[in-house]
Amino acid sequence: MLDTLIQGLLLGGLYALFALGLSLMFGVMRLTNTAQGDFIVLAAFVVIALAPLVARSTLGATLLTLPLAFAAGYALQRWVLNGTLGRDPLPSLVVTFGLSIVIQNVLLELFSADPRSLDSGGFNTRGLALGGGVAVGALPLAIFGMALAITAALQALFDRTALGRAFRAVSDDREIAELMGLDARKVYALATAIAFVVIAVGGALQAMRTTVAPSDGPLLLLFAFEAVIIGGMGSFWGTFAGAMVLGLAQQVGFRLDPGWGIWVGHLVFLAVLVVRPQGLLPRTRG
Amino acid sequence: MTELRVVRSTRTSRVALVVGIALVVVAATMPAWAESSWMRDFVEIACYFVFALMWNLLAGYGGMVSIGQQAFFGLGGYLMLMLGNLAGVNPFVAIPLAALGTAAIALPVSWIAFRLQGGYFAIGTWVIAEVFRLSFANMSIVGGGSGTSLTALRGIERATREALTFWFALAAVVLAIAGVYLFLRSKLGLALLAIRDSEVAAESQGVDVRRTKLWVYLAAAFGAAFAGALYFVGNLRISPDAAFSVNWTAFAIFMVVIGGIGRIEGPIVGALIFWALNRAFSDYGTWYLMGLGLIAIVVTIFFKQGLWGWLQQRWGWSLFPTMRWLAAAPSPSPSSSSEVSHAQHR
Repeated sequence: MLDTLIQGLLLGGLYALFALGLSLMFGVMRLTNTAQGDFIVLAAFVVIALAPLVARSTLGATLLTLPLAFAAGYALQRWVLNGTLGRDPLPSLVVTFGLSIVIQNVLLELFSADPRSLDSGGFNTRGLALGGGVAVGALPLAIFGMALAITAALQALFDRTALGRAFRAVSDDREIAELMGLDARKVYALATAIAFVVIAVGGALQAMRTTVAPSDGPLLLLFAFEAVIIGGMGSFWGTFAGAMVLGLAQQVGFRLDPGWGIWVGHLVFLAVLVVRPQGLLPRTRG
Repeated sequence: MTELRVVRSTRTSRVALVVGIALVVVAATMPAWAESSWMRDFVEIACYFVFALMWNLLAGYGGMVSIGQQAFFGLGGYLMLMLGNLAGVNPFVAIPLAALGTAAIALPVSWIAFRLQGGYFAIGTWVIAEVFRLSFANMSIVGGGSGTSLTALRGIERATREALTFWFALAAVVLAIAGVYLFLRSKLGLALLAIRDSEVAAESQGVDVRRTKLWVYLAAAFGAAFAGALYFVGNLRISPDAAFSVNWTAFAIFMVVIGGIGRIEGPIVGALIFWALNRAFSDYGTWYLMGLGLIAIVVTIFFKQGLWGWLQQRWGWSLFPTMRWLAAAPSPSPSSSSEVSHAQHR
């Protein structure tokens, strides 16, 4: 029981990393990135492809990928996605959905359908005994810590820095923010750039913890989305809490029957939607 | 004093009606002379088309962009199969019954889905479709994850089965177009167009926004389920991954966006283009799908109105006008008279 609880929370840490980017992009510009999961998978494959160039160092390849992700996110938002924003959600949905299909098929062409993983130098098999017959993996624990740190960092960025103030301003009222001298298109581009860095971290850790395959994206998107909705929109800690709930629900489901884990996660999401549509920790702006 | 009257059709639309009826009459005789592979092709593209038309009704007119319409396509297929295999109903009778049953299921589904708006509605409906997929994958009575065959058709001769399937598909296409067209020209359709243009303004004029949207959602579920049931009657085999694949909605989005969203001609043009591309390039697998994704992106960014929207803007064509013009001339032609459009296309 305690074991299931701990495993669920640790799984939730990974989902938090998947979900934070979605939460950030929706919070700042009401953009639903339906390619979120595919970008996670794409980032993982970039790390896998770069690893041989840096003496097979997973850490080195990941660190190399982060600035690439930042630049890619900035460029994508600035020159593609900004043109799709507006009252009508359709253009941004179709464009990101189209990107999702393109990414899946490009990866399929380049890397085949086989699942791949990243070598973490034995870190993924190391464990810590907690006593009472409960042990936790060192890697899941590190992922959990990383999720906590990134959530705290994003929340602090939003609450305390000038950039965070700009994010909140364009989110509340784009026109007024622009009258005050902000260039909303650049602010949006920075938001997506930061979201993509978090996405890249999530992708690399996913590939270290289990495997990634080109067709994994949509499922990861659904997990990220469920975490955001369960947690409530507009707060990163809410997203983190939502990811914990989702991780726990899936882990309990897996314990009951391996075929039903994801199904139980979906049902908990739908139940939250019915019972508490505003989510656990809502702080919706505008 | 000038007499004012409401004009609701154009010369193009009247010509289109005559040509359309002639095409349908010719097509109806196909089982007598056409090869069975042509009829199979027609049934398949008809299912894609009806499904896309329903997605267009939901997203283009109702403003509800869903990535989860495959839930109803798959439900239609599975309900038809269960009625046929388990309850002994003739599969052709089971098609409309499955569609009705799916619409009934769509009602409680809407209570959950309508909690979300915009982009989050889109992904929320996708989660709901996944719940149905996983549920059927765990139901051993319909073959679980690997699916099962439609055994209920065994007693029917092949030629009869193919002809019946074809006529059902033709009827589905005609009824879907006519149904959507008449719906949009009705009072409820006018309300829907008003909601699309401005929800707040429509509500202030007495339109029951929630109720109208619910009707559209249920109608789209019915149509999608009809297409699904028909598709799996033609296919004879069903599996959760095929029935609830997100590709159904992906292809529908492609057809509607290419043809032009929010107009009935859009999915027709889109389905023809999709069919042609599929014929020519589907052997290229991943490259073909990459191409479809790229085309959808480019069209969305640079040609928001789609191909038909562009043609309409250029030449004022409208095969299925849902507009109301006020005309002063005794024999009016909408393009020349001074007109007031009440409910316009995008």
